[in-house]
Amino acid sequence: MAVKKEHELIVTVSPHIRDEETTSRIMWTVNLSLLPAMAMGAYFFGPRAVFVTALCIISAVLSEYFYQKTLKKKITITDGSAFLTGLLLGINLPSSLWSFNPFLIHVPIIGSFVAVVITKQLFGGLGYNIFNPALIGRAFLMISWPKAMSTWSEPTAAFLAFDAKTTATPLSILKEEGLGKLIEVFGDKMNLYKELFVGHRAGSIGETSALALLIGAAFLLYKRYVTWHIPVSFLGTAALLAWVFGGKDLHTGKMLFFAGDPIIHLISGGMLLGAFFMATDYVTCPSVRKGQIIFGIGCGALTVLIRLKGAYPEGVMFAILLMNCFAPIIDRGFKTKVFGALNPGRKNISNGVKETKR
Amino acid sequence: MSAMTFKGGIHPPDKKELAKDSPIKEARIPQRVVIPLSQHVGAPCKSLVSINQEVKKGELIGEPGGFVSSPVHASVSGKVVAIGEFPNAMGRMVTSVVIENDGKEEWTSLKDNPDYLKLSADELKEKIKTAGIVGLGGAAFPTVVKLTPPKEKPIDAVIINGAECEPYLTADYRLMVEKPAEIIEGLKILMKILGVSKGFVGIEDNKPEAIKQMKEAAKAESGIEVCALEVKYPQGAEKMLIKATTGRKVPPRGLPMDVRVVVQNVGTALAVYEAVRFGKPLIERVVTVTGEGINNPSNLMVRIGSLVSELIEECGGFKNGVGKVISGGPMMGFALPSLDVPVTKGTSGILVIPEEDVIHAEDFEPCIRCGRCIDICPMGLMPSMLSILSEKGRYEETKEYDLFDCFECGSCAFVCPSKRPIVQFIRLAKSMTKP
Repeated sequence: MAVKKEHELIVTVSPHIRDEETTSRIMWTVNLSLLPAMAMGAYFFGPRAVFVTALCIISAVLSEYFYQKTLKKKITITDGSAFLTGLLLGINLPSSLWSFNPFLIHVPIIGSFVAVVITKQLFGGLGYNIFNPALIGRAFLMISWPKAMSTWSEPTAAFLAFDAKTTATPLSILKEEGLGKLIEVFGDKMNLYKELFVGHRAGSIGETSALALLIGAAFLLYKRYVTWHIPVSFLGTAALLAWVFGGKDLHTGKMLFFAGDPIIHLISGGMLLGAFFMATDYVTCPSVRKGQIIFGIGCGALTVLIRLKGAYPEGVMFAILLMNCFAPIIDRGFKTKVFGALNPGRKNISNGVKETKR
Repeated sequence: MSAMTFKGGIHPPDKKELAKDSPIKEARIPQRVVIPLSQHVGAPCKSLVSINQEVKKGELIGEPGGFVSSPVHASVSGKVVAIGEFPNAMGRMVTSVVIENDGKEEWTSLKDNPDYLKLSADELKEKIKTAGIVGLGGAAFPTVVKLTPPKEKPIDAVIINGAECEPYLTADYRLMVEKPAEIIEGLKILMKILGVSKGFVGIEDNKPEAIKQMKEAAKAESGIEVCALEVKYPQGAEKMLIKATTGRKVPPRGLPMDVRVVVQNVGTALAVYEAVRFGKPLIERVVTVTGEGINNPSNLMVRIGSLVSELIEECGGFKNGVGKVISGGPMMGFALPSLDVPVTKGTSGILVIPEEDVIHAEDFEPCIRCGRCIDICPMGLMPSMLSILSEKGRYEETKEYDLFDCFECGSCAFVCPSKRPIVQFIRLAKSMTKP
């Protein structure tokens, strides 16, 4: 009888079975879900978009590798999280950063370094960072190279376009010159919606195509890697506030209540990319579902506040970063309730049994 | 109507097909049995026998050492050859009585009671007590203690736990399919003892045959309701089962009697019936021997004190190279350090996991706060925070996250994508701090 000897039995703690899901599978799947957005970016902005993104990914992964190598930590570059940070940073940058005159190639590299090493690793690595690494990387570049970071190429959809003309993003037209001008630029309102939806407009590499982002988002929702809580509360709040406060009289420029165009706000700028892929970063958002709704509302409200009243035409990045600060305290405030706990001062009606002093 | 259930929970692969269709069969009666004097929650028994003494099957060999304790009986007839410290399934040394089987299978005198329902509650309780019945679901809590609630805790219903939500295990399922009438009789005895008119049997929806048989058996009993429960782990956990069947929620750190119910496992109900009807003490139980690592998965009626190695041999031995042998189910069972340990009253299954399927827990990653464990925790806790705080040695702070409400069902560790040993972190915190 092939009965094994005692010392060959393996003894570990329960549970003895595990789900197949792994952290790296989640990370790589999120990377995959950004593929449509990346592809649309490449289509509209040409090879420069691919180069900028690739540069970010490579420098993010290498930053992580050398940091961990230098500090003799476990090398974790295969888990997909550094790759994801690089990818998210890359598609949040203008394609015009791939430029040798003026020389700007170092800009994405520095952004990746700030994202991976300063924002993530110095705070303790994956799971311990307070802020979304890609967004800190981008914020750092925005402040350090404001001109380069707001020089947008025209979406030419010509594959070998290396020298695209520069132009303004829809949000900055909206901010500087108003809705009338924006509609004028795009011909008519329906065309404006259409172009914004497909992604034929100036902006960061991966943020322009609402269609591509929604495909990726649907995939993540289907896989349950992202739940509805943050995207819905984020987008819902932004749409509501944009509708209430976003309207302006075309002639006098005075604010008109309940006259804003929420659709333009939702599908322009980094709104969809932020709501589905950045604000939902597990590490930097609350992990309690109720808290996530508060987090999403905060993100949406701050985004619209910055867009309408702030100095920048776009507010998604700063809104998410600001809300990242609150994530731990939101989690504490919305601590889950233990099974069977009674609401204070109220009898537990559901079971018809009075609380008994123990 | 949607099946009755609770909030949270997980869906591990149930793997019950391995042993589900194998009828309960008598295991080979061992040459010698090792009967630990402590098989239950509570005080160990005091030995009543001496070396070389002849004992009969069913004879009392250990008397209870306190109120929360339970007597132990000889499971074979023969001669006591040793009394001493032997390892139990947890690897602890416990005082045990070793009996050499004389092969005669001679019963001690048992008292038959055809009219058992005419006995008073106290008489019935005495029979359950002297038969050494404990909870057979795994916890092995003395049954009579549960049947003696304090006066200020009125009881209005008895729930029979037939959920068997642990993957792989099929012992309770087989009992419900093969002995439904006896289980219902057991439930009626329990209801009589507690003076209640309402009885529930909770069975997970993936056991249609058991539901059918139990409904058939309970047809004539107006007070007994057989409930189909949603298939979800841990549906058979006491608090979850009570919520699913009656809608009542046991308060935190409370007991079922706080919501006026008593819960007993199906195996226990059967043992209660046999003790009351035939005077039969608890000397055997159904054990599911199963898993991908065993040749012939089976449900065996096993004498208490049989060695695990004998059961494995009887089921055709190991295949695919043994990795882990688990007492109980894969979610809450514990890995055996040795096969030469006895089956006790609480052993519901022996699960063999081949070496290639063993998950090594040493390689875990940091918590990425994905919130999966929070979503599925049946107790509404935040396992992620508990594990992070415990990992950092901040044990006192874990109490702010209701550490002691965790009953270690393992759902959080099951879903964790970073493969964190969350249950172990929680146990560590529990041992480092006081409620």
